[in-house]
Amino acid sequence: MTRQRGEVVVETRDLCMHFGGVRAVDQVDFSLFDKELRCLIGPNGAGKSTFFKCLTGQLTPTSGEVIIRGQPMTGAEPFEVASLGVGIKTQVPNVFDGLTAEENIWLAARRWHGDARSRSLTAETIERLKLGDIRRTLVGQLAHGQRQWVELGMVVAAEPWLVLLDEPAAGMTHEETYRTVELIEEINKTSALIVVEHDMQFIRMISRTVTLFHEGRILMQDTMEAISADPRAREVYLGHRA
Amino acid sequence: MLRQMRPTLVYAVLGILFMFVAPQVLQLFTIINLTTAIALAILALSLALIWGYGGILCFGQVAFFGLGAYVYTISAINFGGSTWAILLAILITAAFAAALGYFIFFGRVSDVYLGVITLTVTLIFFSLIRRTSGPEYKIGNALLGGFNGVSSPPINLPWDTRTFLFPEQVFYVAMAALILCYVFVGWLVNTKFGRVCVSIRENELRAELLGYDIRLYKLGIFTIGAGIAAIGGVMFCNGVGRITPDVFNLYNAALTIIWVIVGGRGTLIGPIGATFALFYLTSALGGQTVLNNNLVLGVILIIFVLLVPKGVAPTVVDWFGARRRKKPGRVRRRRRGNRTEGAQ
Repeated sequence: MTRQRGEVVVETRDLCMHFGGVRAVDQVDFSLFDKELRCLIGPNGAGKSTFFKCLTGQLTPTSGEVIIRGQPMTGAEPFEVASLGVGIKTQVPNVFDGLTAEENIWLAARRWHGDARSRSLTAETIERLKLGDIRRTLVGQLAHGQRQWVELGMVVAAEPWLVLLDEPAAGMTHEETYRTVELIEEINKTSALIVVEHDMQFIRMISRTVTLFHEGRILMQDTMEAISADPRAREVYLGHRA
Repeated sequence: MLRQMRPTLVYAVLGILFMFVAPQVLQLFTIINLTTAIALAILALSLALIWGYGGILCFGQVAFFGLGAYVYTISAINFGGSTWAILLAILITAAFAAALGYFIFFGRVSDVYLGVITLTVTLIFFSLIRRTSGPEYKIGNALLGGFNGVSSPPINLPWDTRTFLFPEQVFYVAMAALILCYVFVGWLVNTKFGRVCVSIRENELRAELLGYDIRLYKLGIFTIGAGIAAIGGVMFCNGVGRITPDVFNLYNAALTIIWVIVGGRGTLIGPIGATFALFYLTSALGGQTVLNNNLVLGVILIIFVLLVPKGVAPTVVDWFGARRRKKPGRVRRRRRGNRTEGAQ
């Protein structure tokens, strides 16, 4: 399959998600190009996580369309989105608590590969993410940051062409956050990414195109510097601290 | 795979030994009784699979057990032979479970309702079949017999429909069926299918976000579990000699759950062992009148839920694991593969 840089891989048209009278996502037109790294930011309740859930199939949008690599995915089941080769990490770590870190990652690799390849891919991923010390520990017994890493490992092991991360650095130490930035940049060499994040420090470290959500709509889309400088953006989100 | 299967194979060999030694040592009465216990153990094994590994709390596993027994009995009477009747019992029960499971899993019915639905189906069978006394209720040549049930033709040799097996021979067949089902399930939970099912038990959303269609996996394990329960049902009506609608009652539905809780979820040998233990306990209690049987079972359940919530087998494994880790200077042998729980 040949994909050229510049091709639109994720597109939403007039996407709305209403809960009763609350318009969590309202008429959002969004597009992401192949190999692009995009950050979604916005204050609490801006609709970025709801938007994320509409992309991953966890929520069925009220109206509008989601198109992933040319395929209409509006209201698809999460496994159908994932089966396109999309790696997804949710906000609250979703891991298999009763299984070892290794088994967690193996399950991600085994979805796409045969037995032998899955085993070697699991070993590679463990090496790459430096999870060697905890490979045989039950994930339920790990610290929050480590659980986040196991989940990132599961995303990486599936070798996705598109990665959707919802607050990947939440609850991580500085050191861990830094490593996450490195990992994201590495993933970005081969895949497109959408990163929903709260932490401005983190966004500045990645520093690419940023989409700012406000009250369910896209307020602006620009570089982090431009957004930081914009008075509207400062008002809705950054306050007067930044 | 072989390494992970080792405990399973060890128990299977012990089972084979028991199968050949028991009839030499024990009396015929005990052997006939054992056949019934073995049939119930197969039922426990089926629930250990779908609840312990698949995370599906089916409150009506006994419905598949009873359905298997009824289908076997009715078709054996009509066919005049048991071989096809056994196959039909397994197939019809599995097909019934697949149809029921389709609506449950593809309708995304949640856990609690799944328990309610499966229990209700069981009780519907109970009420329906109890009302079938009278000559008008018959399938082919087989009268359903209402609450008196139907007497089940014994298993015959596959190549000779007139040579029926004696009770001690039925014991061999039942024991062989238990061992085969046990090894099969022990193998299944170590395959990709089994491991994905375990991951679904752990976290449905994550399994789905990895791209697994969890509805299909759940339907698969549910159907396989029903087929195994049907094998238990066939052995049960052979051991007892008849099948009555009482098999579908609430007591039996709850008892199946108790076996798995006492034996331990996430193991296979635990529920099998618990079935034998509780079967003999109830038999022993049947001989006295001081204590009510159900009261004792209830107390056992409460004790286990409060004090040994994981069940016997996992607790014993944990206990030995903790002791082994305490020994200093011992290098833990690395296990190949990346499992958390081999099937015991």
